[in-house]
Amino acid sequence: MGRKLLLEKAHIEGIRGYDVYRREGGYRSVEKALKTMSPDAITEEVKKSGLRGRGGAGFPTGMKWSFLAKPEGIPRYLVVNADESEPGTFKDRYLMEFIPHLLIEGMIVSSFALGSRVSYIYIRGEYAWIVGILEQAIAEAKNNGWLGKNILGSGFDCEIYVQRGAGAYICGEETALLESLEGKRGNPRIKPPFPAVKGLWDCPTVVNNVETIAAVVPIINEGGDAYSKIGVGRSTGTKLISACGNINKPGVYEIDMTISVEEFIYSDEYCGGIARGKRLKACIPGGSSVPILPANLLLKTAKGETRYMNYESLSDGGFATGSMMGSGGFIVLDEDQCVVRHTYTLARFYRHESCGQCSPCREGTGWMEKILLNIEKGKGKMSDINLLWDIQRKIEGNTICPLGDAAAWPVAAAIRHFRDEFEWHVENPEECLRKNYGLANYARPIQPAPVGEGAGTA
Amino acid sequence: MKFTEQQLTEVGQIIARYPEGRQKSALLPVLHMAQQEFGGWLSAETMDYVASLLHLEPIEVYEVATFYSMYNLKPVGKYLFEVCHTGPCMLNGSDDIVDYIYEKLGIRPGETTADGMFTLKTAECLGACGYAPMMQLGMHYREHLTKEKVDSIIEECRKNAASVN
Repeated sequence: MGRKLLLEKAHIEGIRGYDVYRREGGYRSVEKALKTMSPDAITEEVKKSGLRGRGGAGFPTGMKWSFLAKPEGIPRYLVVNADESEPGTFKDRYLMEFIPHLLIEGMIVSSFALGSRVSYIYIRGEYAWIVGILEQAIAEAKNNGWLGKNILGSGFDCEIYVQRGAGAYICGEETALLESLEGKRGNPRIKPPFPAVKGLWDCPTVVNNVETIAAVVPIINEGGDAYSKIGVGRSTGTKLISACGNINKPGVYEIDMTISVEEFIYSDEYCGGIARGKRLKACIPGGSSVPILPANLLLKTAKGETRYMNYESLSDGGFATGSMMGSGGFIVLDEDQCVVRHTYTLARFYRHESCGQCSPCREGTGWMEKILLNIEKGKGKMSDINLLWDIQRKIEGNTICPLGDAAAWPVAAAIRHFRDEFEWHVENPEECLRKNYGLANYARPIQPAPVGEGAGTA
Repeated sequence: MKFTEQQLTEVGQIIARYPEGRQKSALLPVLHMAQQEFGGWLSAETMDYVASLLHLEPIEVYEVATFYSMYNLKPVGKYLFEVCHTGPCMLNGSDDIVDYIYEKLGIRPGETTADGMFTLKTAECLGACGYAPMMQLGMHYREHLTKEKVDSIIEECRKNAASVN
C-alpha cells in the first residue's frame, strides 16, 4: 500500500470542519512557512519537490512560480483552477468536498510565497454545493487567524474568495479562466504574454490546479527533498486518480506513482477488476483528451515492458503506442463497449465546449461529430475514416489553445488502434445497430518485433 | 423586477471581492442569482437589470449569458433534469435513463412537460464519472441513477411542488 499525502485523513469523521482538521495537524505548514521561511525559500522547496501541475499538462510547479513577474506596486494573484471538467476527472471535487481545509491551507502558503494578497478559487458552476463547503472553510480559517490581516504576526495579509463559473469546459484553460473571472466569455487569450506576466486584470498571476496547491502542504511540512523521494523519476509525490467506466470500484484513489497499470485495475485496493466479470477492452488513462489504448498496449508497452501509473511510463511509445497521465481521469471500457460510440460522445463533448474562436476547432469538432455519428449509425463510408483522420490532423496545433488538440487526439487514437472496428461499422451497417464489435483481438499480446528485422530498423 | 434589499447587499459583497472598478467580475455570480430569483431563466429584461446593477452595457451581459451553458435563455420547468451523457456516463447507461424519463414524462431533451413541471436536458460531463449515471437537479447531483431512483426523484419533485402550493 502506497503512501497517502493528501487523502490520508479524508475519511476521519468531521475532517471537513476546522476543529478536527486542526487537531489532526492541519495548518502546521502555514505556521512553518510564515514564521520560519521566506517566500523564495518556499518556492525553492516546491522546485526541489519535483511537483508537476496536476491539472493535466504536468508542468513543473516551482518553475511556473519562478516565472511570476514581480514589478513594484502592482498586485500579484494566485488563482486556483477548480474548473474540473475533463471527462473522467472528478478528483478535485473529492478533495474539496471531503477535506476542503487542505486546499485553503495550501493556498495560504502559496499566496505567501507568490505575494498574492487576494487569491481566488474558480470553481465550475455545476459544483454549486461545494461553494458553500469552501466558503465555510474559508470563514473558519479566517476566524482562527489564518486569513485576514497580519497573519500570525508576519505582516502578510491574505483573503480568499470563491468564484463560481457557469458551465464551460474551456474555462479550465488558464487564460479562458482569467477572462471568465473578469466577467467575460471564456475565450482563451493569445500567449505570450503569459499569465505570469499579464494575467488577471493584466497583473502577474499564477494559475494552479486544486490538487497541485494541496500538495504544497506536505511539501512544506516534510520538505521538498522528502517529497521528491516518493514516486519514481520525474513522477514525484502522489497523484489522485479518478477511476470510472466499467470497473468494480469506481472512485478517487491516491497512488504513489510506482504501481503498475495492471495492479491499479485489478487489485482490490483500487479498481477491483472489470465489472460483471467482463474482460478489459480499452482504457483512456488520463482524461478524455489523452489517447485511448487497447488492453494489449495498456498493461504492457510496445516493447513488452510493464506499464506503470506515472507520467513517463504512460507516455512510453509516444502517441504511436502510448498515452498520457493527463489529469488522472481513468476511463475503463469492457469488452461490450463500442469504441466508435464512445469516441462519438467525446467528439460531441468537444464540439459543445469549443469556444468558437478558431475556425479549425469550431468547424472541425462539429464535422468530426457528424461523421462519427454517421459511422455509429451504420451510415458511414470507408472514406469517412480517412476523412476523420485528415480533419483531426488539421485541427491539431492550429488553434490558440489546447482544446483543439484535446478534440483531435481521442479521434486520432481511436482510429489508430481501432480502425478495424470503424471498418466493421461501415461494412455491417445493419449489424452494427444491433450488436457491438466486442473484444476482437485488442487484448491479444503484442509480439515485439525482433531487433534487426523489418523496414526502418537500425 | 428588482432584487430584495438583502440580495442587493449580497451583490455589494460580491463586488467587494474585486479591486475598485472591476465590478464586471461580479457578472457570472450575479447572473446566477438573477436566474434563481427571476423564474429560472434569463429574459432580456432580467439581463438588462443585471447590466444596470453592474454599470455594464446590456451587450456585455448578453454575450456572457449566451456563452455559458448553465444560463437558461428560455423558460424551463419548475424542475430541471440535466442528465449527463458524455463517455463515462454513456458507458454506464445514461442513454437508458434519458429514454426512461421520456417513457415516464413524455419529454425528450430540450422539452418541458405541458404542466410546466419538468424540463429534460442532456448535459456534457458534470464531473461525476465514478458515480454514473447521474443528473443535476438544482444545486445538487443525483448519482448512481436507476429507473427506481428516477421514479422516486419524480415523486419527490411532485410532493415538493404540492407542499409549496
